[in-house]
Amino acid sequence: MSISSHSLPTMRLPQWATAPVMLGGFIVIAWAVIALTIHWWAPYDPTMLAGRRFSPPDATNWLGTDALGRDVFSRTLYGVRQSLPIALVVIVCSVTIGTTLGAIAGYVGGVFDEIIMRFVDVTLSFPPILLAMAVTASLGPGLENAAIAMVVVWWPIYARLMRAQVLAVREREHVEAAVASGAGPVRILLKHILPLCWSPIIVNATMDFGQIVLLTASLSFIGLGAVPPTPEWGQMISEGALQFYRWWIAAGPGMAILSIVLGFNFLGDGLRDILDPRSQ
Amino acid sequence: MATYIARRLIAMPLLLLGVITLAFLLSHFTNADPLTSIVGERQMHNETVVAAAKARWGLDQPLPKQYVIYVKNLLSGDFGTSFRTKQPVAQDLLKRLPATLELVIAAMLVGSITGITLGVVAANFRDRAADHFARLFALLGASIPVFWSGLILLYIFSVSLGWLPGPGRLDPRSEAPPFITGMNTIDALIAGDFAKFGDALAHLALPALALGWTVTGIVSRMVRGSMLDVLGQEYILAARAKGAGRLRVLLNHALRNAILPTLTILGFSFAYLITGAILTETIFSWPGIGSYAVEAARGLDQPAIIGVTIVGGAAFLLTNLVTDLAYLAVDPRVKLGSRKAA
Repeated sequence: MSISSHSLPTMRLPQWATAPVMLGGFIVIAWAVIALTIHWWAPYDPTMLAGRRFSPPDATNWLGTDALGRDVFSRTLYGVRQSLPIALVVIVCSVTIGTTLGAIAGYVGGVFDEIIMRFVDVTLSFPPILLAMAVTASLGPGLENAAIAMVVVWWPIYARLMRAQVLAVREREHVEAAVASGAGPVRILLKHILPLCWSPIIVNATMDFGQIVLLTASLSFIGLGAVPPTPEWGQMISEGALQFYRWWIAAGPGMAILSIVLGFNFLGDGLRDILDPRSQ
Repeated sequence: MATYIARRLIAMPLLLLGVITLAFLLSHFTNADPLTSIVGERQMHNETVVAAAKARWGLDQPLPKQYVIYVKNLLSGDFGTSFRTKQPVAQDLLKRLPATLELVIAAMLVGSITGITLGVVAANFRDRAADHFARLFALLGASIPVFWSGLILLYIFSVSLGWLPGPGRLDPRSEAPPFITGMNTIDALIAGDFAKFGDALAHLALPALALGWTVTGIVSRMVRGSMLDVLGQEYILAARAKGAGRLRVLLNHALRNAILPTLTILGFSFAYLITGAILTETIFSWPGIGSYAVEAARGLDQPAIIGVTIVGGAAFLLTNLVTDLAYLAVDPRVKLGSRKAA
């Protein structure tokens, strides 16, 4: 045994490639591929009649049909075209706004820091879903407004994270050296501090991807997000809730959300091990 | 330590003011007309009512003054009038509070019992099959959307097996027990009506299971960690050397010391329970504040949704404060102010 494993050193996977990371990466990539290619191979059009109403899963409709006779399996797969792009937009916007303000607050300090961080404190005082509901309801229902609401709720998390990072890195010796050699504040922040701040942001953003997918579905489930007949997971589960003795209507979107949340969690855990080995 | 507590206590009302300010901004810079949101559409033609509302909420005043009046009204418990129920929002919320409390307390019991059990099992069988299973079960609970796990539980235990009733708080043919706490299970017990107690408990079981499962993971991870810490200490070895049984050491010697830090996590899990209660109550037709919030959001009932948001924020702030102070009391070694940054 030891000889054969010794003779095949190239077959060994790198240390970070644990089962959860591989599984998480596989799930996320699979969903991304589905999102890009589903229109070529979906069994049915997600908004069209595909059989009798409420027919349970069988060979023609793998996950059965819903109240309007639409194919639940096709609708589930099409649903990723709502969830993933929205999560991507929300995460990118939140990270951009949050890290920019957090970095400036941490580096500049003073009044600017106070104002930003007190605003962050207040925003984080709310249960996220409740504030997102209130903002969406104020703006009016719809996926775009739900996305705006989620950015409002989520950016403070990154602002707080980034500020803490900048405060820690600012005290390091190489920054002092850069100051002594006459670098300007903007250059120091961009070239000497920020490059060392990204690891926890990337790990958190990866894990938050799943949380945003969940929050989007929750808002749609409540009726503030996607509008029918858009195939969206939360919306589909809320249709399934009206017919809870027909389990298959909610099963597809439920599994979809669960798999994507788990996938990003596994991936985020793995990324943490790669980017920051000390935090284990 | 005293300065830390003082700082937290001083920050509390300021944060609360921030919460109210954000709510004010939300209700004044949106499509909704604040006047309609106070008097309701049907009363908009009634000039005396409109004038009275304008005076009470200072809507003819400049914005800063409106803000001051808004804060004053909120502090005196006036959240405006709901569009849908035509009742004062504060009154609606009070009426629905007991149902939510009953559900959240039950879910917290479910979450802590399952979490502590799994945590102890996982620590005892570290890195073996039972450990992995316990962690998977906890991870599933934290990842599954509660509005789907609720449906699954309903399908299994109510539709397929018929062991437990469907949505609602009580059998529709029976009346609520005499109002004392507003929590049906407790009120039925106080009234000595055990049949009704059983009915209320059966209705409570599924939503509490679905909601409790979401926090199982938070609790079990904490218990597992602190159990492993404690099990490595010398007094455990001493107890074992003196001949104490394995189970006795585990429960009497280890768990008793491992449980203290876990108690504080319950406050932390409150955030998850609020979030979950909104969705769980909707699935189970549970007439609490969560389903009230959803009805308000669906009906674009601005004053109601803002009212729930403020109350939710305040409750959230308060539990966070209590949790942090409890943490201090339980574990004097904790470094002050460092936990928030983590």
